[in-house]
Amino acid sequence: MALILELCLIGIASGSIYAIGAMGFVLIYKSSGIFNFAMGEMMMIGAYFLYTGMVIFGLSLYAALPLALLASALLAAGMERWLLRPLLGQPHEVMIMVLFGAGAMLRGIAGMVWGHDILRLPEILPRKPVFIGDILIPGTLFWGFLMMIAIFGGFIVYYRFSRTGVAIRATADDQTTAECMGINIRGMFLFTWVMAGLLATAAGIVGASVNGLSPYLGNVALEVIAVVLLAGLTSIGGTLLAGAIVGVMLTLIGFYLGGAFQQFMPYLLVLLVMIVRPRGLFGTKLVERI
Amino acid sequence: MAGNILEIIDLDVGYAGGITGLAGLSLKVPAGQMVALLGANGAGKSTTLKAISNLLPFEGGRVRRGTIRFEGRDITNIPAYKLSRMGLIHVREGRRVFSTMTVHENLVAASYALGKRAALDLSRRCDDIYRTFPHLERRKNLLAGYLSGGEQQMLAIGRALVGEPKLMLIDEASLGLAPVIAAEIFKVISRINVERGISVLLVEQNAMLALRHSVHGYVLDNGRSVLDGPARDLLHDPMVIERYLGGAGVPKAAERASA
Ligand SMILES: Nc1ncnc2c1ncn2[C@@H]1O[C@H](COP(=O)(O)OP(=O)(O)OP(=O)(O)O)[C@@H](O)[C@H]1O
Ligand SMILES: [Mg+2]
Repeated sequence: MALILELCLIGIASGSIYAIGAMGFVLIYKSSGIFNFAMGEMMMIGAYFLYTGMVIFGLSLYAALPLALLASALLAAGMERWLLRPLLGQPHEVMIMVLFGAGAMLRGIAGMVWGHDILRLPEILPRKPVFIGDILIPGTLFWGFLMMIAIFGGFIVYYRFSRTGVAIRATADDQTTAECMGINIRGMFLFTWVMAGLLATAAGIVGASVNGLSPYLGNVALEVIAVVLLAGLTSIGGTLLAGAIVGVMLTLIGFYLGGAFQQFMPYLLVLLVMIVRPRGLFGTKLVERI
Repeated sequence: MAGNILEIIDLDVGYAGGITGLAGLSLKVPAGQMVALLGANGAGKSTTLKAISNLLPFEGGRVRRGTIRFEGRDITNIPAYKLSRMGLIHVREGRRVFSTMTVHENLVAASYALGKRAALDLSRRCDDIYRTFPHLERRKNLLAGYLSGGEQQMLAIGRALVGEPKLMLIDEASLGLAPVIAAEIFKVISRINVERGISVLLVEQNAMLALRHSVHGYVLDNGRSVLDGPARDLLHDPMVIERYLGGAGVPKAAERASA
């Protein structure tokens, strides 16, 4: 029993990482209708940026983190500005293919620049295991989870209550009308890409702290997209619960059935959810709070 | 008269696939006045408003020829969000409230039309809107999607007012509303026009309602203006009566015929 509980907690914690990635994905989808299939690679590159600052240039965390965030923001802005904006008005399939390509390129570049070995980030999250009663949770995962929750909460408050949050939601609701109300929707697309880039970096850093850093960290996009579909594509707040569900499933399946099952079982569940409830758990067309 | 706040000269609009939206349209809106744009379905009324507020690029449309002047300045290439910050605000057909947001958040979103003044003026502007539409204040925390049709239209108009427009383009404000509610909406629009001096260019299917509240009217057909004149003359024009005011059923028409 304690074992199951432990696996569940570990699952919830790793799910929070997917949830933050998923939140960035949903943010872009809501504001501009684009599936950002390069989200996983944005997470991966963000973590490499931090690695570069801290390990290659020997900067402290407090210097390297802002620089990594800045670099990811610029990368995300560049992708929006130079890859997607020229395609505005093209069918979405074209943008999806371009983003797939961009993801593959980022993976390739990461391999060329930083190599294919699994690197270890410096210890930014304490590794010392944390005990909750008898239950042991790896330290990076525990502290990473708290970070993800803090970022999640902060973002929700921002999205819900700030004037910019209102503008993002207005753009998501009806682009043309938002533009009529003085909202620069092209600017909003750019802004949501930057926000997603920052969220991706935070999730990527925590993910790399837990599992190590390699160009294939981007494959986490599969879990992220499972979370997105489960949450229902349009629900920013729903990603947290969906993340926990997917995280717990992955951990339990991985432990009891082994890695081979872990690869596809979450998708089986998502597939079932999509068949039974195509809007996902929280996505609604008409009315959505948060 | 302080000149024309809006002037359109010889405007051609095309949509993707070679569809003609407007073909040689000219019209004027004198500053501070209300002008009605009438015409059958597909005549090009909405297209005219979208050309003015530069929404055509969102729908694969383009101004092919002609000039649009707002306060004397050619605005053909100014993006829509900048136009709204310059005081030209379009209330789109079908109300288009942000249905997933509260009434109040709808107003906050609209404050972007104030540009840099928004930070200072937001709460004052919202108070002003709630004074004009006390109905909306009672529902300020309700999701706009749950409002009735009439309330949504009020919100659409109130939302435009947040940005302190000089010219409002209003597309089919009475669409799908009960006659009593439609009349109420028009009273509000009239009041806004008279009390605040905001110029209005109005597109309407309900020609009678529109002409009664307007100073001048244009009748569009096939993307050009086929008739225009003072609104009260149009109300008595046989062609307008025949085609847009329900034929001889209008009492004034009968009066005129017997004279
Ligand atoms: N996005 C578009 N793409 C292609 N053609 C369009 C588009 N929008 C309008 N049109 C065409 O342009 C012409 C004018 O349409 P418009 O919407 O301006 O008419 P309207 O006078 O507003 O009609 P209604 O009273 O039905 O609203 C029509 O022939 C219409 O089919
Ligand atoms: Mg129309």
